[in-house]
Amino acid sequence: MQFRNLYRENWGDKVTEKISLPDINFKVVEIDKCIMKALLVTMMRIREFEEKVAELVQEKKVITPCHLYTGQEAIATGICAALNKDDYVFGNHRSHGHYIAKGGDLRAAMAEIHGRSTGCSHGRGGSMHLCSPEQGIMGTSSIVGGYMAIGVGAALAESIRGTRRISVVFHGDGVPEEGIWHEAANLAGLKHLPVIFVCEHNQYCTHMSISKRRVYDNLSDMAAAHGFKTQIVDGNNVLDVFYAARNAVEKTRNGLGPVFLECKTYRWRGHVGPNYDVDLGLRSEEEVKAWMNRCPVKHYAHFLIEQGVISSAEYNVFKQNVKNEIDEAVSFAENSPYPAPEELSTNVFKEAALCQ
Amino acid sequence: MSIKSYAKAINEAHEQLLKTDKRVFVIGQGVESPWCVGTTTLGLVSKFGPERVIDVPISEAGVTGSAIGAAMAGMRPIVFHPRMDFMYLAMDQIINHAANWYYMFDGQINVPVTIRGIVNRGNEQAAQHSQSPFAIYAHIPGLKVVCPASPYDAKGLLIAAVKDDNPVLYTDDRWLYGLKEEVPDELYEVPIGKGKLCKEGQDVTVVAISYLVNEAMEAAAIVERQGINAEVIDPRTLKPLDEDLILDSVSKTGRLIIADPDWPVCSCSEHIANLVYQRLFNKLTCPIKLINFPNAPVPASTSLEKAYFPNRTDIIDSILEMMLIRSFARE
Repeated sequence: MQFRNLYRENWGDKVTEKISLPDINFKVVEIDKCIMKALLVTMMRIREFEEKVAELVQEKKVITPCHLYTGQEAIATGICAALNKDDYVFGNHRSHGHYIAKGGDLRAAMAEIHGRSTGCSHGRGGSMHLCSPEQGIMGTSSIVGGYMAIGVGAALAESIRGTRRISVVFHGDGVPEEGIWHEAANLAGLKHLPVIFVCEHNQYCTHMSISKRRVYDNLSDMAAAHGFKTQIVDGNNVLDVFYAARNAVEKTRNGLGPVFLECKTYRWRGHVGPNYDVDLGLRSEEEVKAWMNRCPVKHYAHFLIEQGVISSAEYNVFKQNVKNEIDEAVSFAENSPYPAPEELSTNVFKEAALCQ
Repeated sequence: MSIKSYAKAINEAHEQLLKTDKRVFVIGQGVESPWCVGTTTLGLVSKFGPERVIDVPISEAGVTGSAIGAAMAGMRPIVFHPRMDFMYLAMDQIINHAANWYYMFDGQINVPVTIRGIVNRGNEQAAQHSQSPFAIYAHIPGLKVVCPASPYDAKGLLIAAVKDDNPVLYTDDRWLYGLKEEVPDELYEVPIGKGKLCKEGQDVTVVAISYLVNEAMEAAAIVERQGINAEVIDPRTLKPLDEDLILDSVSKTGRLIIADPDWPVCSCSEHIANLVYQRLFNKLTCPIKLINFPNAPVPASTSLEKAYFPNRTDIIDSILEMMLIRSFARE
């Protein structure tokens, strides 16, 4: 479900109810309470979806390699809340959160992870290859950084057409170690394209922490050198991400060129699968726990209760609704058929006659 | 209809595509550089502006990726590489992304991008400025590969590539740029996947690719004086291959020579030979002969270059040798 639909459908009749809070620039501004609620529910949906997937992987009911987004929910949620339905989103091997936040269908994602024909990629893509063209999700790539220039190309297309559509490319902190990131960034800067690079700086690229990979942790500086406007954001604070995204979207949509948002965060689970990579000696339990104490979902929920935006009872209702939704998605997936082997060689090319 | 060179035919195709389809744009390194693309994109910037004829920095992967992304977003980009050698830097974009996308998302997102790889060799340019590795690309599911050998096909295939809904690798050869023939003035397509019967004959089939098509035609004219009637076929598209055209011809002649300007191992010529062995084993009167580059990188020195690139002499020798085998077999 699209974020905007989520809050319009559930709380659309109360859009006038607002609350005044300091924004990311410490300026007190009004924000719609319904937007605040929708941000929470979107994060909860991502969290619950991922926790369920982790469980299913442990039970060996899911085979496809799942790279979980747990701990980073505020980023996809805050960014996608600032986008229009037809804006493009490009993601990676860790894109369940991007897909859900941009409005992808939970059931189709769950079915894809189960390898079923009702999946969003009809069982061809698995966990790492999700798409929903009608929501602007033009397919996620599992080649680290491989899709950077593709996201820039979508922005180039809109710039040639003269529309106001923008393109958002999510990437990890490992991607600027790939040459393609620099080529794509230079091209976007040079041609002044309507694109936002959202760097989800979760400190790790596969098994390596950033201190083992780079001389300097200076990703924003590098983006600035390619002509991007940059901002560093607390990626565990959904409101900060949302405000930063709204500013960035407004700038790039109005022709002010590309923007780089560096969202500092932490991925709770290991590079792939449900474990925490503590067992593999890749990081300490203290480190993981310290970041779990900064849980973006829990903190934000408590903040909303504190501010009187929701009550504890309402929070529990959200929890139950989200849980039901996920359970329903799992049952949909489990009861869906597998793709038929007869279809193995269809859709290699777009046309039937010349397929070989 | 008027006489046009191969280079002019490509230029005209670009111009007419840009003029008639707003989705078309051209992007690559050296749009107006005299070294890079010859005259094939000359004048396009002044006619259509730098927004649609985009000169870019030397970022093969980034530029190819951006064309792929624009194609996903509904445009019809032509991204060119001044030499096929440089295209290797964009392999991840072409293979992992463009070629896989339509299948990986089961027909929901297609990538109508034309990737133009220019073959530019000779004059002692050596190993990294001389390659024409067609087979590498033909190997990839989801990628079409065309290699026009005449001005007519150069124009018609470029237009067909841009109109195709899939990623198409279009390779043109600078050795052919001066070649001239009648080329229609209007927009027309040479269908992708359809080969051309260049010359009819009964004695031996010569399937020739890219610059070797003309060499094969010359060779056929020469052996004809000795009473050998060779049939010459230009597949024009290496993938999808016009299998019927080749099989029908070999059914008739029983002999096949494949002249393929690429390395021999896992080449398109091996693929064609395998096809014919599988389907027409009993109709062959002698083993299939392949003419390729040596299994070595391209050398610089003219003396080595001359020995490296096959030409009409190699095709004539092969034809004569094959016909000799026939006469021995008869005795």
